[in-house]
Amino acid sequence: MPAALLDIDHVSKRFVKHPNLGERVAGLLGAGPKTEIVRAVTDVSLNVAKGEVVGLVGESGCGKSTLGRMIAGIYTPSDGKILFDKVPVAKEQGRRTQKLTTRVQMIHQDPFASLNPRIRIGDTVAEGPVAHRIVKPRDADSYVADLLGRVGLDPTYRRRFPHQFSGGQRQRIAIARALAMKPDLLVLDEPVASLDVSIQAQVLNLFMDLRRDLDLTGIFISHDLGVVRHVSDRVAIMYLGRIVELAPTAELYAAPNHPYTRALFESVPRVGVGKKNFRPIAGEIPSPLHPPSGCHFHPRCPFAGPRCKREAPPLTAIGPGRFSACHLNTGGTD
Amino acid sequence: MSDVVLRVKDLQTQFQTRAGVLKAVDGVSFEVGRGRILGLVGESGSGKSVTGYSILGLIEPPGRIAGGEVVLKGKDLTRLKGEAMRQVRGAQIAMVFQDPMMTLNPVLKIGTQMIAAVRAHDKVSRKAARARARNALAKVGIPSPEERLDAYPHQLSGGMRQRVAIAIALLHSPAVIIADEPTTALDVSIQGQILAEVRRLADVTGTAFVWVTHDLAVVSSLADDICVMYAGRVVESGPATDVIASPRHPYTAGLLASVPAEHEPGTKLPQVPGSTPSLANLPPGCAFAPRCFKAGPACTTTPPVQQFEDGRTALCHYPIEPVSCQPLSSTSTTYRSAS
Repeated sequence: MPAALLDIDHVSKRFVKHPNLGERVAGLLGAGPKTEIVRAVTDVSLNVAKGEVVGLVGESGCGKSTLGRMIAGIYTPSDGKILFDKVPVAKEQGRRTQKLTTRVQMIHQDPFASLNPRIRIGDTVAEGPVAHRIVKPRDADSYVADLLGRVGLDPTYRRRFPHQFSGGQRQRIAIARALAMKPDLLVLDEPVASLDVSIQAQVLNLFMDLRRDLDLTGIFISHDLGVVRHVSDRVAIMYLGRIVELAPTAELYAAPNHPYTRALFESVPRVGVGKKNFRPIAGEIPSPLHPPSGCHFHPRCPFAGPRCKREAPPLTAIGPGRFSACHLNTGGTD
Repeated sequence: MSDVVLRVKDLQTQFQTRAGVLKAVDGVSFEVGRGRILGLVGESGSGKSVTGYSILGLIEPPGRIAGGEVVLKGKDLTRLKGEAMRQVRGAQIAMVFQDPMMTLNPVLKIGTQMIAAVRAHDKVSRKAARARARNALAKVGIPSPEERLDAYPHQLSGGMRQRVAIAIALLHSPAVIIADEPTTALDVSIQGQILAEVRRLADVTGTAFVWVTHDLAVVSSLADDICVMYAGRVVESGPATDVIASPRHPYTAGLLASVPAEHEPGTKLPQVPGSTPSLANLPPGCAFAPRCFKAGPACTTTPPVQQFEDGRTALCHYPIEPVSCQPLSSTSTTYRSAS
């Protein structure tokens, strides 16, 4: 395995809601909880090699977007550290980190929200590279034209405003803006979730072409198992802030190990298998404010035993390159 | 189909705008039988939701139903006005929306809202209404329904709220429930629960569903029949399994082919070129022609509704020949060269 470009080392993220004045007064009088803590990501470790695309899959509240934002340097981890090319990703100022932030770029889910509606798209794309002196201001025009062509848009569109484009075209603009910084790592947070199916395929094809041509490394965040399977080399399944399974894509889809992964695959409707007897996962997704004890999945797990309530299973190797966090693999649930 | 409960015939819904008259629904026809689930599939702007709203008479100016009929158990709903339509809506036909918070009043308890819904159509005591509400909640698989009646909507999760919305729709045992993208906002494990519940309800209670969605995977695993819509028209219809297995309209084929889960990972996905046209600016004849790999000279004229075996139809001059076995790979090759 080549050296890791991205090294996520025991990272956790907690969001703390401090009580406001009224709640503090109420607290003094002996009422209610004081501080609420959401454990969005708990003790996640992951290495990403250069040129690799890792998919992060999970349902709402599993921490996949929080992890993506920590990788992009938008959030600072509460514990642990994230190394990008051996340099910690952090908000602290300094020439090194500033250089670093340009090498990791993020693409967001909603291209209607991520583009400034009052700025011409050419200026949106040019802003970053000019500010960071990747291109000289007088070369910006041709640089932008080049990028727009690369993402499949007519270069003459650069004088237009975002509202003149469809959702798929806007997502191409967002991709062009990210590529303008000549990034090594792209963090894509649900990049096709808001697009129609026929447009989804266009954007996925574009991503795969760019990845091949530019040797990009990617973190691909999605709730759509089919999309992730198509673009990722490895997939991490997350549940309530923890990675529960990590494996090469083909092996994961051929033989999922963790009960949650298996249940997830079972409950996903698919085209072309005909009508289906759903065997859905029972129960609700617990709130990350009050996660269950031990293994977070135990209240919904058909195989849960007393041990699952007591201790959280660590992510352990179950084969070459395969990891799963389940007591079933390590001596049973009793 | 012998016991058709809802028949939509040549429905036309138009919106008067500055850009002219937009035909959001342009001659849509379909039938739903008792206990059947019809999947109304389309991308954004295809008119699938407007069709749903038109059936319930929920079109407001500048929109209007310009023609066609919506026949529910022998009664044409498009002719009903005001109070007469209110008598039908909620009692004989009901709707479930994408966002359950749109259906539920955030400041009233679930029970209060459900009792009001029961008593809007049936003159029963509050106690009897409450019992009916409790039974409806139990029917959609909500645990401890008695306690849930005293909960406020914000105390329930998204999946639970959607179950409550479905329970409200079920209160008067309507013949038809129109569901507009009801699971789109939900997580997959919760979506699976709702789909299982709906399938069971249709089979057990005989309620017919019109399931409006953009998600082909949901339709193929849930629906009995499919109508695929594009730019306000039904371009293909038929039994779900047949349509999915062997689409006859190039648009359906393109949609099916571009679903990533059905392809070797990492390979280039077949894609439908271009983007959905604006209703203000539709090409003459077949609206899909500019994006279609089979388009020919005839496509500048309005395509005929072609009838095939097993009640299948396609709105196309050049329908795709039926495929005997695994269709996805064969149809996809035709799209592969497109960029």
